[in-house]
Amino acid sequence: APDPLITKVQPWAQGFGDGVDETPYGLPIEYESDVVRRNVEWLTADTISSINFTPIHALDGTITPQGCAFERHHSGAIDLRKEDYRLMINGMVDTPLVFSYADLERFPRENQVYFCECAANTGMEWAGAQLNGVQFTHGMIHNMEYSGVPLRTLLQEAGLDTAGDLTNKWVFVEGADASSNGRSIPMEKALDDVLVAFKANGEALRKEHGYPVRLVVPGWEGNMWVKWVRRIEVMDGPVESREETSKYTDTLENGISRKWTWAMDAKSVVTSPSPQAPITHGKGPLVITGLAWSGRGAITRVDVSRDGGMSWQAARLAKPGEQKALTRFYLDTDWDGSEMLLQSRAMDDTGYVQPTKSQLREVRGLNSIYHNNCIQTWLVRSDGEAENVEVS
Amino acid sequence: EKFGLGRAALPEEIAAWDRDIRPNGTGLPEGSGDAIVGEEIFATRCAACHGDFAEGIDNWPELAGGADTLDHDDPLKTVGSYWPYLSSGYDYIKRSMPYGNAGTLSDDEVYALLAYILYSNDLIEDDFVLSKETFFDVEMPNAEGFIIDDRTETEYTQWTGEPCMENCKDEVRVTMRAMVLDVTPEEETTPKPAQEETVGAGAASFDAELAAKGEKVFKKCKACHQIGEAAKNRTGPILTAVVGNPAGAVDGFKYSQPLKERAENGLVWTEEELVAFLAKPKAYMKGTKMSFAGLSKQDDLAAIVEYLKSFGV
Repeated sequence: APDPLITKVQPWAQGFGDGVDETPYGLPIEYESDVVRRNVEWLTADTISSINFTPIHALDGTITPQGCAFERHHSGAIDLRKEDYRLMINGMVDTPLVFSYADLERFPRENQVYFCECAANTGMEWAGAQLNGVQFTHGMIHNMEYSGVPLRTLLQEAGLDTAGDLTNKWVFVEGADASSNGRSIPMEKALDDVLVAFKANGEALRKEHGYPVRLVVPGWEGNMWVKWVRRIEVMDGPVESREETSKYTDTLENGISRKWTWAMDAKSVVTSPSPQAPITHGKGPLVITGLAWSGRGAITRVDVSRDGGMSWQAARLAKPGEQKALTRFYLDTDWDGSEMLLQSRAMDDTGYVQPTKSQLREVRGLNSIYHNNCIQTWLVRSDGEAENVEVS
Repeated sequence: EKFGLGRAALPEEIAAWDRDIRPNGTGLPEGSGDAIVGEEIFATRCAACHGDFAEGIDNWPELAGGADTLDHDDPLKTVGSYWPYLSSGYDYIKRSMPYGNAGTLSDDEVYALLAYILYSNDLIEDDFVLSKETFFDVEMPNAEGFIIDDRTETEYTQWTGEPCMENCKDEVRVTMRAMVLDVTPEEETTPKPAQEETVGAGAASFDAELAAKGEKVFKKCKACHQIGEAAKNRTGPILTAVVGNPAGAVDGFKYSQPLKERAENGLVWTEEELVAFLAKPKAYMKGTKMSFAGLSKQDDLAAIVEYLKSFGV
């Protein structure tokens, strides 16, 4: 029968839509209201010091809209006006300096796309398949285009002659919120690609991402991307703060713990189909898609397996991989309706291949929390529904 | 090369912000404290989350115990069992604690609290006076328990190269399913409006929609206050049925002196009094223990009171 949506004049084709200025700053249309950050309540004691997850199952491309990019606060997202913002550079510098927000805007700036991944992303999956949704297993990640000033420029403005030999020097960075999150970063990284950023995806940072100014530490664990960054101190050693000793360290099977595990290794995951994004169209053409990234370089290849890792085929990268940024991959395929054990496996330009869960466990044991970059498996049943599983 | 931007930081400004403490003791201030003094401070400032014995409540961190568990299943990582440097303890407590009232502890208080935490971990005696001078007399059990990232040797070498593409395994079995655990958050249904059955005498003027807004505002209060049937006193007293009732009346809560005095003089938490208090707590009641800065928006004030009303008046 003819489709009335075509044969009958529909209201939207007859009358008016909204005028301009209906929403001076727009929100997604109501039909997309399920594409939101979500939190796992049992994870933390209190939402003020907690984390939520990006709905990566429902996004495409690589840029994460700020409004649904995951949040992690240690003492809540604070209100800090640009006018009240100060950035201090002190320690082993020639002249300790204070910059206002307006000062920062007068330095030459860069635009760079980087992913930010919490070290705990996929952490709940160490001991076994636990959360049924890629948003929850892999959603502590976002990818934005940042505009900001290289930290190098600000350090040079304060002068590094006093620091002498820079090879054994560090910077300590801390935020203006009550948690005062403080992290030590080796000078080599500080002078390399770290940004003091004030815009993301073209607009001001959101409050929950550190408005007005945050640190961007490309490829390194999200906890170091200090929000509301207020002070950068040049030092001759690390502070060994709570966030870099008691947290964000990886305890191995023998009880010894790794520290300074900053770089996030190459990782990938199929975002659709997945438990929150089942196949609803039955047999025939199927787009399998996902994200891949590496904190140590650019993604060069992603392989996809439909049989739990017995055989693999190379996926298509939507664009060549970029340094320390998300890469979108697609496997355009024809589904015969049979059960699949879907996996993806990323490789980066260092030649590193994303490991399986058992490979990781063999080296690190079962007690790690952070830095889990294992291959993920989705069991996709013949009805199209998907489930988080582990395979032999 | 230089842009001539910014201005010189003044020594007072650097002193105000540069408070980090290094493993070698750099930055440690004068002052001292022991576990006996620390226990009292801990009870009022820390125990609501960390428990009277630093054992942790609900999901809040345990600070004591766990000795020799690091190579077991589910190791218990506490200041005693895990932290390699005592300096991190001073640094963190001084700058970041108490949660919701950061930076309010004096140097003596921080030394005393740290001493109490060490004592709770059986690392010092209760008469041990912790100070800059005695700081390094304390041995941290897990000081040697860390290695620097060795992934280059232990992982990268074996996980590099051309991966297998065909016949990589003989068989594949599903060994674990997330469905079995069933810990994935359920999709929330529409938020439940305020509980009508608990609305008492003030029901005629009760606005459920406003109360629902107030529930969001109440997030700012939740770090210290609980409300509802199962509520317990934490940093702040339970707020169930606070509206319209006498101030300072929650059993088992240690109120500040000024609040006790006002209560004795007959203060009742009417809607008007609550609005005045919550707009500027410290101005309304000099010396209150409540560290909250206040709600600046009239809408938020009205909403929060309406929310409180939904738990009885």
